[in-house]
Amino acid sequence: MVDLHFLANPARFRRFSQRVLPSLSFATVLAFCVGLYFALVQSPPDYQQGETVRIMFVHVPSAWLSMAGYGLLAVLGAALLVWRHPLAALMARAAAPVGACFALVCLLTGSLWGRPMWGTYWVWDARLTSMLLLFFLYLGHIALSRAYDDPDRGDRAAAILALIGAINLPIIKFSVDWWNTLHQPASVARLGGPSIHPAILLPLLWMAGSFLLLFILLVLVRTETEIDRRRLENTDQIADQNA
Amino acid sequence: MAPALLDVTDLACRRGGRQVFDRLSFVLGAGELLALTGRNGSGKTTLLRALALLVRPDAGTIRWHGAEIRAEPETWRGRLAWLGHLEGLKGDLSVRENLLVAERLRGAPPAEDRLDGALTAFDLAGLAARPVRILSAGQRRRVALARVVLSQAPLWLLDEPLNALDVPAQAAFRSALQNHLAAGGLAIAATHADLGLPAARALELGVAPSSTSPPGGGEGHETHEP
Amino acid sequence: MTGFIALVARDLRLVWRRPGDVAVVLAFFVVATVLFPLGIGPESNLLARIAAGVLWCAALFASLLSLDRLFAADYEDGTLDLLLLAPWPLELAALAKCLAHWIVTGLPLAVLAPFLGIAFGLDRPSLWALAATLFVGTPTLSLIGGLAAALTLGARRSGALLALLALPLCVPTLIFGAGAIETLAAGESFTTHLAILGALALVALATTPWAMAAALRQAGE
Repeated sequence: MVDLHFLANPARFRRFSQRVLPSLSFATVLAFCVGLYFALVQSPPDYQQGETVRIMFVHVPSAWLSMAGYGLLAVLGAALLVWRHPLAALMARAAAPVGACFALVCLLTGSLWGRPMWGTYWVWDARLTSMLLLFFLYLGHIALSRAYDDPDRGDRAAAILALIGAINLPIIKFSVDWWNTLHQPASVARLGGPSIHPAILLPLLWMAGSFLLLFILLVLVRTETEIDRRRLENTDQIADQNA
Repeated sequence: MAPALLDVTDLACRRGGRQVFDRLSFVLGAGELLALTGRNGSGKTTLLRALALLVRPDAGTIRWHGAEIRAEPETWRGRLAWLGHLEGLKGDLSVRENLLVAERLRGAPPAEDRLDGALTAFDLAGLAARPVRILSAGQRRRVALARVVLSQAPLWLLDEPLNALDVPAQAAFRSALQNHLAAGGLAIAATHADLGLPAARALELGVAPSSTSPPGGGEGHETHEP
Repeated sequence: MTGFIALVARDLRLVWRRPGDVAVVLAFFVVATVLFPLGIGPESNLLARIAAGVLWCAALFASLLSLDRLFAADYEDGTLDLLLLAPWPLELAALAKCLAHWIVTGLPLAVLAPFLGIAFGLDRPSLWALAATLFVGTPTLSLIGGLAAALTLGARRSGALLALLALPLCVPTLIFGAGAIETLAAGESFTTHLAILGALALVALATTPWAMAAALRQAGE
């Protein structure tokens, strides 16, 4: 007999994602093709930094998505704790490594981008350091969710951590900003409007959109895997009891 | 039969992907004792923990005087005395200190004479000042039972209360339990051994599945002993 | 209220019976601090410059040391179940445990650190600033650490995992705590930093008890 309680929502989700995945994949590839054309060919090189400014088209969207990813973990955590939604736990497990990878990409591209400017691969400036701490928060979430033999316990502990982490992120950012003001100020999402030249802004937003599609794609695929894995574990357990 | 104070209906619990018990129902009135029997792993401890609101059941209701206990969990906890597998004692504190702390943690520091009464009931007066860590397993169990008696809680939830107890201690426990029931209290005890109280009702958990019933399911079968 | 005070009193009495547990943590603090001049060199200007950061970091690590036993001891002897069954809010019980932890760990560290600060060549005002910032900042460390301890109760590798969870969350306290002393050395007042440390403590007080209680209930299931 199959584990009906568990399958209620995840099965519906799986059907949904199976339908959506092909068109989503196509859209992602298409978006990247167009975006990369804009970013690498069409947009002008920076008068100061030359061609290396193009790393920004990977670095900045990665930063945005890693932060959005943690927000997602917090929302999923709340869904799990308040409504006991089984899908929330699985999606959080799926999304955390994706967000962590975006944070890592942001750090690596930031380091590569900075090398020509700073002469070194790492500088303790506010935004990179904040991103590093966000990366550690991701690692904590990933480690905690997998630290228990009972996966439900790990999922719920990680959910609590995600909520506390989300509350702390602005505080961490504020304190690291205070600690160091070397990095250029955030030039896109400012109240007076973006101060980036429109020629760079449009490709940047397009690339951000492409990365967002990639993020969604990866999370959907990984969530399917987590559903399958959990289903497999449950089946193993039932089989063991029948033996 | 006494009017039902505790009314459990269709209680169900899943643990680690397994249905531990399902559609479990019973009622218990003042002065009644319910003995939970069944094999290891049949869900006796889980049921006790579910009644204590330590474990969240997946379905069913638990009512006290007709009111759902989950509406006022703090009040419910005040009505319970709990004896688990572990004694719940601090090794570095003396017997007396442990009992005092246990009562203070329930928000109700006991009068000295009640404390002495509980110690005497389980023959602990001589050990009162000793640190718990030097006591034997049986002696620690007696201290835990003294804690239960001291709490004056209407509902006792006991997990294997006779564990490690020698014959005199078992007699002391039986006598304390009888006093509690006579005063209108209720008790639910998970046990392998015979509690030795003929008036007990028994609830057997974890019935062996037949070839047609779902695997891992446990249902309660209630029997009344004459 | 009776329960809250009883719990704090119980934990303090338990530490009193085994004072070695506290002594070990303070000894670690001293040893860890002493390693820095040994590793970096005893040049006095340099030491005075890094003193605030070194002492704050060492205090942070020392606080973490005793944290994984905070709830684990109660979990292992069954007293955690009794706390879960107490007829008053679990959030207050968690707070009581953290308060007891701060009294036996954070408070002694705040008292001890200035003496080590002398060895690093800090001047008198800086020593007072060090004590003040640790006094205001260590409660936050106890609260965040308590949360990490509750989240990792019964997990594999709970000690290292606890540190991984707690340290990033403690960064704001570290930055403002150590930064206060540097600001003072630069000739400005550090009252803003102290106020921010206080605000951080209030935020921790507002958020962590709820989270600790939720985590402890998970452990009880």
